[in-house]
Amino acid sequence: MNLYEKTAYDAAMALEKKEVTSVELVESVLGRISEVEKNVKGFIHLIERETILEEAREIDRLRAKGQRSSILAGVPMALKDNMCTMGIPTTCASRILEDYRPPYNAHVTEKLQQAGTVLIGKANMDEFAMGSSTENSAFYPTHNPWDTNRVPGGSSGGSAALVAADEVFFSLGSDTGGSVRQPASLCGVVGLKPTYGLVSRYGLIAFASSLDQIGPLTKDVRDCAMVLEIIAGNDSRDSTSVPREKESYSSYLGRDIKGFKVAMPKEYFQEGIEEAVRESVMNAVVLCIKLGVEVEEVSMPHTSYALPCYYLVGTAEASSNLARYDGVQYGFRAPDQDNLIELYLKTRSQGFGSEVKRRIMLGTYALSSGYYDAYYLNSLKARTLIRQDFENVFQNYDLIITPTSPSPAFVRGERLDDPLTMYLSDIYTTTANLAGVPAISIPCGLADGLPVGLQIIGRPFDEGRMLQFCFALEKMLGFKGLKPKISADGVLKDVS
Amino acid sequence: MNVSKKEVEHVAALARLALSEEEKILYTDQFNVILEYIHRLNELNLENIDPMTHVQQLRNVLRKDIAKGSEKELVVRILEESPGKEKEKGFFSVPPVIEGFEMEE
Amino acid sequence: MSPEYEVVIGLEVHVELLTESKIFCSCPNRFGEAPNTNVCPVCLGLPGSLPVFNESVLELAVRASLALNCTVSSYSKFDRKNYFYPDLPKAYQVSQYDFPLAKEGFLDLLKDGRSIRKVRIERLHLEEDAGKLIHDQKESISYVDYNRCGVPLVEIVTAPDLRSPGEAHLFLDWLKKILLYTGVSDCKMEEGSLRCDANISLRPSGTETLGRKVEIKNMNSFRAVQKGLEYEVIRQKQILRAGGRVAMETRRWDEEKGVTAEMRGKEEAHDYRYFPEPDLPPLMLDENFLSRMKGELPELPEKRYLRFMESYGLSPYQAEIITSSKNLADFFEDTLLHYPHSQKVSNWLTGELFGLLKTSVKEIDDIPLTPLHLGELLKILDEGTLSSTLAKEVLEESFLSGKLPREIVQEKGLLQISGEKELLLIVEDVINNYPAAVKDYSDGNKKAVGFLVGQAMKQTRGQANPQVITELFKKRLGK
Ligand SMILES: [Zn+2]
Repeated sequence: MNLYEKTAYDAAMALEKKEVTSVELVESVLGRISEVEKNVKGFIHLIERETILEEAREIDRLRAKGQRSSILAGVPMALKDNMCTMGIPTTCASRILEDYRPPYNAHVTEKLQQAGTVLIGKANMDEFAMGSSTENSAFYPTHNPWDTNRVPGGSSGGSAALVAADEVFFSLGSDTGGSVRQPASLCGVVGLKPTYGLVSRYGLIAFASSLDQIGPLTKDVRDCAMVLEIIAGNDSRDSTSVPREKESYSSYLGRDIKGFKVAMPKEYFQEGIEEAVRESVMNAVVLCIKLGVEVEEVSMPHTSYALPCYYLVGTAEASSNLARYDGVQYGFRAPDQDNLIELYLKTRSQGFGSEVKRRIMLGTYALSSGYYDAYYLNSLKARTLIRQDFENVFQNYDLIITPTSPSPAFVRGERLDDPLTMYLSDIYTTTANLAGVPAISIPCGLADGLPVGLQIIGRPFDEGRMLQFCFALEKMLGFKGLKPKISADGVLKDVS
Repeated sequence: MNVSKKEVEHVAALARLALSEEEKILYTDQFNVILEYIHRLNELNLENIDPMTHVQQLRNVLRKDIAKGSEKELVVRILEESPGKEKEKGFFSVPPVIEGFEMEE
Repeated sequence: MSPEYEVVIGLEVHVELLTESKIFCSCPNRFGEAPNTNVCPVCLGLPGSLPVFNESVLELAVRASLALNCTVSSYSKFDRKNYFYPDLPKAYQVSQYDFPLAKEGFLDLLKDGRSIRKVRIERLHLEEDAGKLIHDQKESISYVDYNRCGVPLVEIVTAPDLRSPGEAHLFLDWLKKILLYTGVSDCKMEEGSLRCDANISLRPSGTETLGRKVEIKNMNSFRAVQKGLEYEVIRQKQILRAGGRVAMETRRWDEEKGVTAEMRGKEEAHDYRYFPEPDLPPLMLDENFLSRMKGELPELPEKRYLRFMESYGLSPYQAEIITSSKNLADFFEDTLLHYPHSQKVSNWLTGELFGLLKTSVKEIDDIPLTPLHLGELLKILDEGTLSSTLAKEVLEESFLSGKLPREIVQEKGLLQISGEKELLLIVEDVINNYPAAVKDYSDGNKKAVGFLVGQAMKQTRGQANPQVITELFKKRLGK
């Protein structure tokens, strides 16, 4: 087995036992990257080889002296390119930030640095996290390692594909309406969107502030728990970060899940779901029951209003968050402008891609005078109802089980001209963002050789028990160990 | 409720986006498809529902009033990256702002 | 006959708060620094930065609300006001829209010792200040300085209750006093820490519907506010008299030309797309907090003004001057603890002491002279051992050195000579030296005694008690 194939936990254990060094782990993933990255295109920016190796050497030196900052010290990883890294390009996959180097680190960047993990590069994404396929990157689309003709999902498609292709041991993504969970599902990895407020958003370049959360993309559930432990926790620089005691998520793993009460909302198995996805998820439900879990069908009547609600709330906030990209202070400024209005119009029109423009305009429209009540205000009211659905279910059930995405990875280009169909990719995932509750996607099977993910949604701050549940289920599902066929000498369906 | 090309132009102006003729037509069409989907919200009776302005129960998140010295290096770095002129004088700069001039929205 | 038109004025006042740091970040809240030095990722609105609300801003704003008799909302929230301008780095201003911090207050407009009008305060809300633009016409470029970005502001909006430009000026005087008393702001219009826009309309006297209003901006002093409004009253009257309609617009006060002129671009064209600021949780203030804040309020200037007239018998004029600042009023009352005659204290305070403050360009709280000093001086005066001319000298010395008056008097041997024996010698001496004046007096010119007293005073360097010595001359020369 190649080093790069290990989970983050196994890599960490090997480091702990001094079987490998961080330098060897780095060499291993850099080798892997040089083999497969041309077919995956998961990175926007790779850090200089020598810089990475120097960092790894330093961590090895410290470890030799008995100093290691965390269990994951020395493990290579990647960050989605909307998380600020000081002096390292942070572009949001947008022309408008093409050369932007932030003068400060995001909270998560700091946390991972303090933990001694090794940043390999910045992961590709849909521009400003707007999209479900990573085709909206201003630079190039990322390919799904399971089938390079297909999309990895989005918007954290780069983060998911890099983990699936063993180019890094784990990565971080951001999830506004499913942007961690949906690509995790399509790439066959584990992706968690924590409770709103668990992970600081300081230094995460905002898409929709009331929905955005940063979460780990990992090879398995244990890795997810370990990474979450590092990035979760109160940060006084984010007013929405919740002051809570730090939790040891790994300590939940391995505990019995017998007696858990799980709700299966029927609305998540109706609109537009592909049969293979339903089968895969139902198969997992059967396994749950075998594990002594009580599963019952429930109704969450406002589910189908989540997506329209999400597209109003999300675009309205985005229209405001993205107004600052005007060519005045940083980033791209269009050449040839004679006055201020021209500076604004040219910079923003040339700097933003079409999906970003579409959403900025939709959000502007929803907030504009005469439409505010009909669109924005109503979406806030609908949001109240959607959260009530969750509160009702959580009075009687510990967890909710649903599919993550209605279909496995789709072919690149297929939905590009049809925004609405693209938006429907998020139909099962936006609810958790609107309600602010945690949700995780874990792979539960293959459909025609493509991974299928199931989603577990929990009560606010109940990540521990969600991970406990997923850890037990993961063992039974038998997906673990399945790898995409992509490799240097392997058969590739597309090498474009 | 249908969106006209004129409304798309208005919204683009509000958002400081210049659209080509083709874009205007494309976005108008797409807006109508998306909004039609969004209109399913109208099925809900939202009359006595409180809008959710904040997703959390957090209140009164306050910081102590303590001033930190400014980060000179940081400012230098930001100015260096800025696209305008006259950075050495410590200024960001923009093309002339015509007093009181506002674009048609 | 009542005037033809009634003037209706409302004010919007922006006040910068006296905090250490900015509203949402830890940058210093300071005026007059080199461009772009008081900035950080938060106030520059860099991608990924987030605001955290300053607790002093809340306290000062609540203090201002209570001082203006407002109802402080138990629930209020922040909203984003969206518009593009280079001085606004996020392209939105964090402000408050439908749930402001405070509502429905009033300010009692006092003049000549009585209330002439209760001006309603519609709302008081929190917001962040924007940066500054410097236009360079020649180079055809505009420079941006973000130092002021994120300086905490409250916006105070009055109802259209003011009825003349003079009342607008008076309102601002009182508002400034209140904000200074409560330590909310330093209210320096020249540094922009207090800014005022005005709405003005005219309506035929006796009618109730509001006329078409004009907003005036760019008035850089209270006097400018009054002058701008006065100009506008005349301008609008002329339009109305000619049967015209006043255009609803924003006009700019041109201090140099002394006129208002139309600003291009209509305020009405703006669509600010307010929506709740998702990065800041709402504020919920409970009774405990509010009653604590109420308890911490000092006595407010209007109240003090009325009390000083009532309790100390001061004239409205004196009371106004003495209560014009909290420190001065405190000084006055503290002096009364040492010397209880309010009229005399008031006279010396507003007379001599003011004179000294003025020539030295100092404030009452940055001189070494304290209420104890003034009280002691007035006591010595009452004892009749010090002439008032010398008392003024002692005051000045005390003002400069901080020495106690008794000390100065003793050191310089300034005590008045009242002893008859001692003074008689001087009287004799003067009589011998000025026989002409003595003759004059004896011939019936009684005024000549003044000359002789003057000479005696001269000889004693002013220390002779003038009353005693006059009597002695009269006795000696025979009435
Ligand atoms: Zn700052």
